[in-house]
Amino acid sequence: MTSRARVFGDNINTDYIITSRRKRESIDPQYLRRYLFEELDPNFAATVQPGDVLVAGRNFGCGSAMEVAVTAVVAAGIRAVLASSFSRTYYRNAVNNGLLPLICDTSAIREGDRIDMSALAAEPLPPIMLQIIEAGGLVPYFRQHGRFPRL
Amino acid sequence: MSGKTITEKILAAKSHTDAHAGDVVICPVDCALGTDGSVPMALDYFEAMGGTRVHDAGRIVFALDHYAPAPNRATAQLHQRMRDFAVLHGIELWDVGEGIGHQLIVESGRATPGSLVVGADSHAVTYGAVSCFGTGIGSSDLAAILMCGEIWLRVPESIRVTLTGEFPRGVYAKDGALALARILGADGASYRAIEFHGDHLPLDDRLVFANFTVEMGAKNGIFRHPSLQPDVDARYVRDISIALDQLTPQLALPHQVDQVVPIEQASGTPVHMVYLGTCTGGRVNDFHQARDVLKAGGGPARGVQLVVTPASRTVLTALTNDGTLSDFLAMGAVVITPGCGSCCGTCGSIPADGVNVISTANRNFKGRMGNSNSAIYLASPASCAAAAVRGAIADPREFRP
Repeated sequence: MTSRARVFGDNINTDYIITSRRKRESIDPQYLRRYLFEELDPNFAATVQPGDVLVAGRNFGCGSAMEVAVTAVVAAGIRAVLASSFSRTYYRNAVNNGLLPLICDTSAIREGDRIDMSALAAEPLPPIMLQIIEAGGLVPYFRQHGRFPRL
Repeated sequence: MSGKTITEKILAAKSHTDAHAGDVVICPVDCALGTDGSVPMALDYFEAMGGTRVHDAGRIVFALDHYAPAPNRATAQLHQRMRDFAVLHGIELWDVGEGIGHQLIVESGRATPGSLVVGADSHAVTYGAVSCFGTGIGSSDLAAILMCGEIWLRVPESIRVTLTGEFPRGVYAKDGALALARILGADGASYRAIEFHGDHLPLDDRLVFANFTVEMGAKNGIFRHPSLQPDVDARYVRDISIALDQLTPQLALPHQVDQVVPIEQASGTPVHMVYLGTCTGGRVNDFHQARDVLKAGGGPARGVQLVVTPASRTVLTALTNDGTLSDFLAMGAVVITPGCGSCCGTCGSIPADGVNVISTANRNFKGRMGNSNSAIYLASPASCAAAAVRGAIADPREFRP
């Protein structure tokens, strides 16, 4: 099972993922997915396919903490983001929405490469984060548990 | 085990654990801010989680600041939904015109030394100016807090930044914050706390430094307090010292916050719009510094649009009472409702294609102010005012108030 890489560079901020201007029109992820990365790659939204993975360099998701920058990505059928580092708010929001943020060396990955996700050498996530992601995000986690675990 | 940084101390106390950097802890929050940029989505999450009652409404506050006043029907409806929810659950709500949530968290005293205050907006790091652990969270985090009052946090490692000396004439906290961004880069403090040792700085200056830490990727930026000191054997991943008395005016070039140069390197670049406001540079002292340079220089150059947005109603009232607002009006300034204003392109004055903006804000990403065909420079209020006078980027030290 391989996934197609959609590659971006360093310091991709949340306004590049989805411009805050679009939030004024709607916060519905199914609406916003049509404008993903519109400032950087106007063809992205039309060509993204469910199962694609986002690949980026350093500091992916920097800037605003706006969560639509994750939910619009999830709405496009993307299940994982690979980056050499993430902005912490994007990382949080990804975990909380069941989007897998993987920290790994992405320097050799090119646009369109097929990536074998099971063979990736990525930093492991702490158990609580994995539990939230495996539940599908905080919503299903809370529906199931109603609260956080006692650590 | 080594001693604890300020951040480790707060998170250990809140989580009732021996928290050190790298641990994941669950903490109750003392206060959580939601804005009109994040609450509507949080309410969707809350409902999807099956939430019916808010865990502790007294610890929650909503601010209508990003779309103030509502520029269209959709945002007006979001505002109304927030007001209705706040009334139903007994949550304090700061309505349109009261100001930027982060400014109001500090003004209202909701952030105190040693407390843990989160905001569903990245600039919640600002509260570190009052030695509070303040950090930005998402809407789903806010929904979880509405459900159970708690949040998961990874305890960050800390970078120690020591600020020494006094600012020279014409140099301000914003220049210091920009200099730090140049040193660290836009991700130089990713997942980390920045612990500031610069106890002599007044609150207004500390607010600027703390506010800016998220632009370097920091989880929080926090100043020491007499009641909150790190252990002598606390561990830091990096040590940085900035001699404030050696600083000169700094400028961030489009479109990255860490592309910082001494302002003279860009001297003469034409400027068409000057923006004074935001949670970085929208307080009383900021407007005084800008006004003084503008007056010394004889007012804005022809063709320069000067836009003023006080950070809060309290700031606006102070500027009204001391005559500063009249000065700006006499100089032809556009005055916008206290709030986030034009900073993130959600309301306020949007720059036209080809326009160069110089702003007291904290972000200059392409399209940030609502038009990706404009360019944003970031500087101190005095430097922004100097640019207004010249119609081009200029060194504020050339104007002696």
